[in-house]
Amino acid sequence: MHEFGAEFRRFSLERSKPGKFEEFYGLLQHVHKIPNVDVLVGYADIHGDLLPINNDDNYHKAVSTANPLLRIFIQKKEEADYSAFGTDTLIKKKNVLTNVLRPDNHRKKPHIVISLPQDFRPVSSIIDVDILPETHRRVRLYKYGTEKPLGFYIRDGSSVRVTPHGLEKVPGIFISRLVPGGLAQSTGLLAVNDEVLEVNGIEVSGKSLDQVTDMMIANSRNLIITVRPANQRNNVVRNSRTSGSSGQSTDNSLLGCPQQMEPSLEPEEEDSDDEDIVIEDNGVPQQIPRAVPNTESLESLTQIELNFESGQNGFLPSNEVSLAPVASGPSTEFETRAPDQKLLEEDGTIITL
Amino acid sequence: MMKFRFRRQGADPQREKLKQELFAFNKTVEHGFPNQPSALAFDPELRIMAIGTRSGAVKIYGAPGVEFTGLHRDTTTVTQMHFLPGQGRLLTLLDDSSLHLWEILHHDGCAHLEEALSFQPPSRPGFDGASGPPSLTRVTVVLLVAAGDMAALGTEGGSVFFLDVPTLTLLEGQTLGPDEVLRSVPDDYRCGKALGPVEALEGHLRDPTKILIGYSRGLLVIWNQAAQCADHIFLGNQQLESLCWERSGSTLVSSHSDGSYAIWSADTGSSPTTQPMVATTPYGPFPCKAINKILWRNCESGGHFIIFSGGMPRASYGDRHCVSVLQAETLVTLDFTSRIIDFFTVHSTRPEDEFDQPQALAVLLEEELVVLDLQTPGWPAVPAPYLAPLHSSAITCSAHVANVPAKLWARIVSAGEQQSPQPASTALSWPITGGRNLAQEPSQRGLLLTGHEDGTVRFWDASGVALRPLYKLSTAGLFQTDCEHADSLAQAAEDDWPPFRKVGCFDPYSDDPRLGVQKVVLCKYTAQMVVAGTAGQVLVLELSDVPSEQAVSVSSVDLLQDREGFTWKGHERLSPRTGPLPWPTGFQPRVLVQCLPPAAVTAVTLHAEWSLVAFGTSHGFGLFDYQRKCPVLARCTLHPNDSLAMEGPLSRVKSLKKSLRQSFRRIRKSRVSGKKRAANANSKEANAQLAEQACPHDVEMTPVQRRIEPRSADDSLSGVVRCLYFADTFLRDAAHHGPTMWAGTNSGSVFAYALEVPTAVAGGEKRPERAVEAVLGKEVQLMHRAPVVAIAVLDGRGRPLPEPYEASRDLAQAPDMQGGHAVLIASEEQFKVFTLPKVSAKTKFKLTAHEGCRVRKVALATFASVACEDYAETCLACLTNLGDVHVFSVPGLRPQVHYSCIRKEDISGIASCVFTRHGQGFYLISPSEFERFSLSARNITEPLCSLDISWPGDAARARYPTAT
Repeated sequence: MHEFGAEFRRFSLERSKPGKFEEFYGLLQHVHKIPNVDVLVGYADIHGDLLPINNDDNYHKAVSTANPLLRIFIQKKEEADYSAFGTDTLIKKKNVLTNVLRPDNHRKKPHIVISLPQDFRPVSSIIDVDILPETHRRVRLYKYGTEKPLGFYIRDGSSVRVTPHGLEKVPGIFISRLVPGGLAQSTGLLAVNDEVLEVNGIEVSGKSLDQVTDMMIANSRNLIITVRPANQRNNVVRNSRTSGSSGQSTDNSLLGCPQQMEPSLEPEEEDSDDEDIVIEDNGVPQQIPRAVPNTESLESLTQIELNFESGQNGFLPSNEVSLAPVASGPSTEFETRAPDQKLLEEDGTIITL
Repeated sequence: MMKFRFRRQGADPQREKLKQELFAFNKTVEHGFPNQPSALAFDPELRIMAIGTRSGAVKIYGAPGVEFTGLHRDTTTVTQMHFLPGQGRLLTLLDDSSLHLWEILHHDGCAHLEEALSFQPPSRPGFDGASGPPSLTRVTVVLLVAAGDMAALGTEGGSVFFLDVPTLTLLEGQTLGPDEVLRSVPDDYRCGKALGPVEALEGHLRDPTKILIGYSRGLLVIWNQAAQCADHIFLGNQQLESLCWERSGSTLVSSHSDGSYAIWSADTGSSPTTQPMVATTPYGPFPCKAINKILWRNCESGGHFIIFSGGMPRASYGDRHCVSVLQAETLVTLDFTSRIIDFFTVHSTRPEDEFDQPQALAVLLEEELVVLDLQTPGWPAVPAPYLAPLHSSAITCSAHVANVPAKLWARIVSAGEQQSPQPASTALSWPITGGRNLAQEPSQRGLLLTGHEDGTVRFWDASGVALRPLYKLSTAGLFQTDCEHADSLAQAAEDDWPPFRKVGCFDPYSDDPRLGVQKVVLCKYTAQMVVAGTAGQVLVLELSDVPSEQAVSVSSVDLLQDREGFTWKGHERLSPRTGPLPWPTGFQPRVLVQCLPPAAVTAVTLHAEWSLVAFGTSHGFGLFDYQRKCPVLARCTLHPNDSLAMEGPLSRVKSLKKSLRQSFRRIRKSRVSGKKRAANANSKEANAQLAEQACPHDVEMTPVQRRIEPRSADDSLSGVVRCLYFADTFLRDAAHHGPTMWAGTNSGSVFAYALEVPTAVAGGEKRPERAVEAVLGKEVQLMHRAPVVAIAVLDGRGRPLPEPYEASRDLAQAPDMQGGHAVLIASEEQFKVFTLPKVSAKTKFKLTAHEGCRVRKVALATFASVACEDYAETCLACLTNLGDVHVFSVPGLRPQVHYSCIRKEDISGIASCVFTRHGQGFYLISPSEFERFSLSARNITEPLCSLDISWPGDAARARYPTAT
């Protein structure tokens, strides 16, 4: 059963060989005789939810769940009611058709809205969960264009650390305010009074508020902040002993991980913010490509290492440590590893509370 | 891949060694005039001079190049300084009454100034009780007696203490209290009044046992230290300011608070003298200000000199800073522009000479040092070879020109000499000639150009340790300003008494702020120069060896390019004088270009070979052909949303916004500090409170927060043109190189134009008279949108292109024009190298993302190795907003070294920094002083000097073990 401007069509598909989504989409356009109209395709799943079909995966899922009929809903893209998709969309409403056909229909209760996957883009993510101590959180904020502000403020403050000399009060940088509607607030991953430990892999300790501000702004197109959340209750609880390397990660947390860093963090490597634009005399703006690697770019490579070095001392030994158990038998490895860790501790690695 | 990286993590030892041979950070010398001088001393034997400052610095100067600097541990004002003649030792008195003994010591043949001993007078409570000796809390005057072995300290309480100088210990039991002196004074003079503080102590040149003591109340006593009695008493009744003892000892002169001075004869028996021989108020009869210091110097030719400061008629000239020089009938009132600190004469001090024979008078003022030749009639000023008042008008910009060709150097020097002609009869050159300069003759001539608020550009010889003024260019004459010089001259002519004579060059008052110089560029091969100023004026000048009279071609360039909706609310443009104008020898203006709107010029560059000048303001940039005297190009860089750009420098909107922000900050600050104070007041309670709720309390204390938001395209002042650059490179295709012009803006935009410049016929200097054309070739937008601070093109071997004419005159290696060029773009946050002509990213370094600091100044510099004569590397030197200097390799952009150079709070110091082509730099440490620093291990300009000291320092040290 199909629906498009109250038009219904019925046709059959081979359940075992559903084919590609593009083919299905073309078929729909064909049977409805709308070859040049962009449409949104949805289906009612077994729970009665209206879910989208826009790629091979959810198309196959839809076909496999058809029981025996698959109800397909088609909307013109420009007049589509995105909010129609989501859980409970078809059960709660008496008649989903009325709802879909008349998008202005007043709904009493807002419900969870699912955007369409092709329109999805990440706005934030928690990264490096496996190598960070549980008390820390590394958040990546993706800033696209200027439509939404990053929307947060930082301040000076002081925090208490465990050092080899006991508890010490040290100056720190904290998030002081989140702008309503800003990117930072909308992620829910940052909160007021969270302590900022690193900006894009570089520790902020010893840096002034203005320096940290400049670092954040300089990295604002791909900002990765490692924080110690003020509220420690929502931390990710990890199943820590599943593998050798993740077992190591809890050890790392004891050793104090701000010293550590995932290489993928290194902004130089990703270059997601390296989108300088050149307008040649033809007047068309285009992104500046990277130069073909030659002897020169070797130099830039080594430069990356240097940056790496500046922020992250002590990564090398701990990396070797975590690789060791994978390489050989665990029973002997523990003994060889222990002195290594001692060494790290004696180096005066700061343990954060 | 990862393994490879980690392996390379460690530093390459070979590279590290090379770095040590290339780079070293040294602050080498302070050029200019010490900020806030407070004391002066002169050693007639070594012929060296010392200047003390309010920040506790002691600077010793001798012959040009002979300089020593010392700094007291406390930043307390140096109130008095006394040389131990010929010994290379200096006794300083600070505002806290502590005494310090400094020694000039030789290490490795070079002299250094070091503090040897210090003495803090005891100030126990009850020390000045009736039973105990009088207090030594405040020393008013110091006199060195007996060849410097002993010092007499006059105090506020009226006592004179004696101090053993080699050990800086008080000689107990020798103290001369006022009571002891009063015993020799007739009863009717005593009349129950105290003598007041000791105002003056003078020694006898030939008889070291005699000390002349002057008390504030007016009593003068010649005290015989050997006999412990008063030899003679002068019952003065006028409040004493200063004393001078004539060299024979028979005459003394006292100066007083009412502006009078009195001459006393010491040869009139032993009975107390009640009346001076002469008492006169030189600028009477109306009330006068005090004469603070007086000197008496006799001459073989008869007619002694009386030199005194102050004493001006209170009502009419009470605000003048004057030193009067009187010899026989000749009186000159030297009229200075800043406060007089102290003065001395250079004269004979040998006891066997009968006459002082003063050669020169040196006057230390708050802002400059003036030396007059007293042997030449008319007492002309002697130009100082150092201590130049850099700030005679506030410095607004500076530039350094390295390797100045000898020919241009000679022409500039000659123009400067014609500017301030020296009387041929001057027998006396600079009288302070002590010490020997051991530094090598500089291998090359360096010129420092400073632009000033009053529209002048000063040329300084920055080749060596002593920064010497060479030439002064004034641009004010080209414009009609509100304040004409003529009427001030007329006014001066009206008053012939007192006989004022304007001396010195410190003139902080600017006629018109629009005259201020913003940018200076000098082409050292063609002696052409561009001076750009606050009202959008761009002046092209050329050095001429003869005076001329000619009209200056005036054009204006509209940088708004008919952009709608903008109205300039700032200052008017300057109106140039029309018609032929007389120009003295030196740089004479040829072309004046005025930008519209007349905003301050923010960038300027000159290409003398192409006869092109490019200039930029906050609105856009322009290109002008000064050979054909016509504009080539104008481009507006304003963003449509930018409102602030139109406000001008005196905007009300902006200042209101600013002041609001400031007042909020102040309120916030005061709240915080108020809290802190409260916490201190009852610290116990506060501590308890802190322990209870540490975290929330901290939150409350938060002083400032910073918004994290990337720059957007429509930020204010995004259109400001920050840098302009000419290069002969490949812009459009890899086969043909040609003239290009580059412009970078505040919002990270770079515009590159291909220029069509008619080429000169072989051998001809000037290019044919055809129009220059400019075509936009490329536009680069840096996505981080930070201001572009510098652009440079690197040749195929990665070296920066030489300056115009540099290669063609065989002064630099010709660039590799086989292609493979690259452009280095330095923004406030990142350095990037892009290939040319196809723009692709080659290397980069993100300074701000890594270090949290921003680029303030960058320059490409050549660093020569100390180990190898002809090994050199070109690097990028960068000063950050934190005051650190970083050096990066080019074109690899790998960080090499970094040093902290300037305090990050010293914003004007950071803003004033200028790098040289050979790894040195200058920045202002005060309005009047440039600190010179060196990043190069090879190219260092520092004082190396020696002094012939007759005092066997080490032997004496052995005799008197140093107290710790």
